[in-house]
Amino acid sequence: MTASFYDVIVIGGGPAGLAAAISAHDEGAKVLLLEREARLGGILKQCIHDGFGLLRFGEKLSGPEYAERFIDELRARQIEARTLTFVTKIDRPDDGAFCVHAVDRGGVWTVTAKALVLATGCRERTAKQVSIHGTRPAGVFTAGTAQHFTNLLGLMPTRRCVILGSGDIGLIMARRLTLEGAEVLGVYEVKPTPSGLTRNLHQCLYDYDIPLYLSHTVTRVFGADRLEGVEIAEVDDRMRPIPGTERRVDCDALILSVGLIPENELAESLGVRLDGRTRGPVCDNDCMTSVDGVFCCGNALHVNDLVDYVSQNGEQAGRAAARYAPHARTLVELQPSDDLLCLVPQTLDLTGGKDPLTVYFRSRGEENACTLEITVDGRAVFSKKYAFLRPPEMEQLTLQTADWGLTGQSVVRFELKRQKEVRT
Amino acid sequence: MKELVCIVCPRGCRMQLAEENGRLTVTGNGCKRGAAFAESETRDPRRTICTTVRTAFPGVPVLPVRVSAEIPKSRIFDVMREINRTTVRTRLGRGDVVLENVLGLGVDVVATSSVLKETDA
Repeated sequence: MTASFYDVIVIGGGPAGLAAAISAHDEGAKVLLLEREARLGGILKQCIHDGFGLLRFGEKLSGPEYAERFIDELRARQIEARTLTFVTKIDRPDDGAFCVHAVDRGGVWTVTAKALVLATGCRERTAKQVSIHGTRPAGVFTAGTAQHFTNLLGLMPTRRCVILGSGDIGLIMARRLTLEGAEVLGVYEVKPTPSGLTRNLHQCLYDYDIPLYLSHTVTRVFGADRLEGVEIAEVDDRMRPIPGTERRVDCDALILSVGLIPENELAESLGVRLDGRTRGPVCDNDCMTSVDGVFCCGNALHVNDLVDYVSQNGEQAGRAAARYAPHARTLVELQPSDDLLCLVPQTLDLTGGKDPLTVYFRSRGEENACTLEITVDGRAVFSKKYAFLRPPEMEQLTLQTADWGLTGQSVVRFELKRQKEVRT
Repeated sequence: MKELVCIVCPRGCRMQLAEENGRLTVTGNGCKRGAAFAESETRDPRRTICTTVRTAFPGVPVLPVRVSAEIPKSRIFDVMREINRTTVRTRLGRGDVVLENVLGLGVDVVATSSVLKETDA
């Protein structure tokens, strides 16, 4: 090890962490990046499909290509990055610098930093978190595990499978497995609307004649050592299986694409407050969490659908972490209405340079012709019309707040107003 | 009137296509790439494919690859068969050609990662 004290330690070497480390370095900080896997790049290593980077680079890159652009930048700057390194504990003696305890093949060691960037990504929801009855045979995989087998290990996890959940990774895997000769019998979604991006429904399912069944779920698995089949049922409007609609589908694998949850064990151990909507930390416009000096970005903060936004968010966090100096924050809460599934950041710090303010939001349901309105103490300060909003498609907005007249007591609300239907 | 969802970018514009006297009119597209996609989708649908190719290196059993330009949708499985017949035996890097002019389609199969350059496997 070359040093034990850093300005910024970034935990996680995926797209968010890479961007954070690079931007913190460019701000003049002495940076250390820690990654538990053998290679940098995070989940992008196994996302071999293209479509990444369209917003950032104006090109359709594959996941590895996108990640390696940032890894090259990191290496060109000679930023210290340690792989196969697992952070076991973080503490802060006397409320001073953070002590990061880690383990690698050389043993256990501790490094300290003025600021931390948590870029720990998210985890897939597993079979244990969706109620499926029956035995516990091999052949039940999360979509990410199936992707790891296929794209990194070169092993086929299935010949004939059913996919539960219409999240993007599930749709991408439906196409991927079909290309490699597997039979994908169908994608079953418990909700009445698809969870993935519209373009993925088209280019991954419809292009290959893979059926999508909405308001359906898997209720049971069959098989002793290996999965032999699943039971499918229709669900009612409260997503409960309808008795009498069950049917058995024979298959050797069940692939789950049933949602992602931000990974925040380290954040919680530091006492960071979490948001019930995003399941990630509550943060301010500098990506700083409720604990001073702890920043969070990427999918650890909230689950994104585009890596371009993750990189942008990582850069923002890295820059802010490099500039971090303890100060008393004056935080104003940004309150989303019930029509919004989530809103990030959750707070705005009035003491720093807050413009331009970048916010991300998702609508709770599918909306056609609506307006997002922002009010300060009931007074409208911004509005924007949307032709349609869908929960799977996150929206980004860049705002100027200088003339909003914000004070520490302001109530800032984000809400959706539906326009009257226009008859044609 | 036909409806078509644009797959060029994540916006996924819903476009309406009308054809009259062999001329295609596109509405609902957010940008000109949508119109170009509608045109090509109607006359000669093409797709990019991304997959992996086997390698001779145990630490990196497969290498991610893609085609250098779109190929006819009807030839996707033919190209997959060619790629799956191939084994990479040299340490190729990102952008290096794995299969030249695959099946005479005028496109190459290229590596999309430099992982073989950095592994001691």
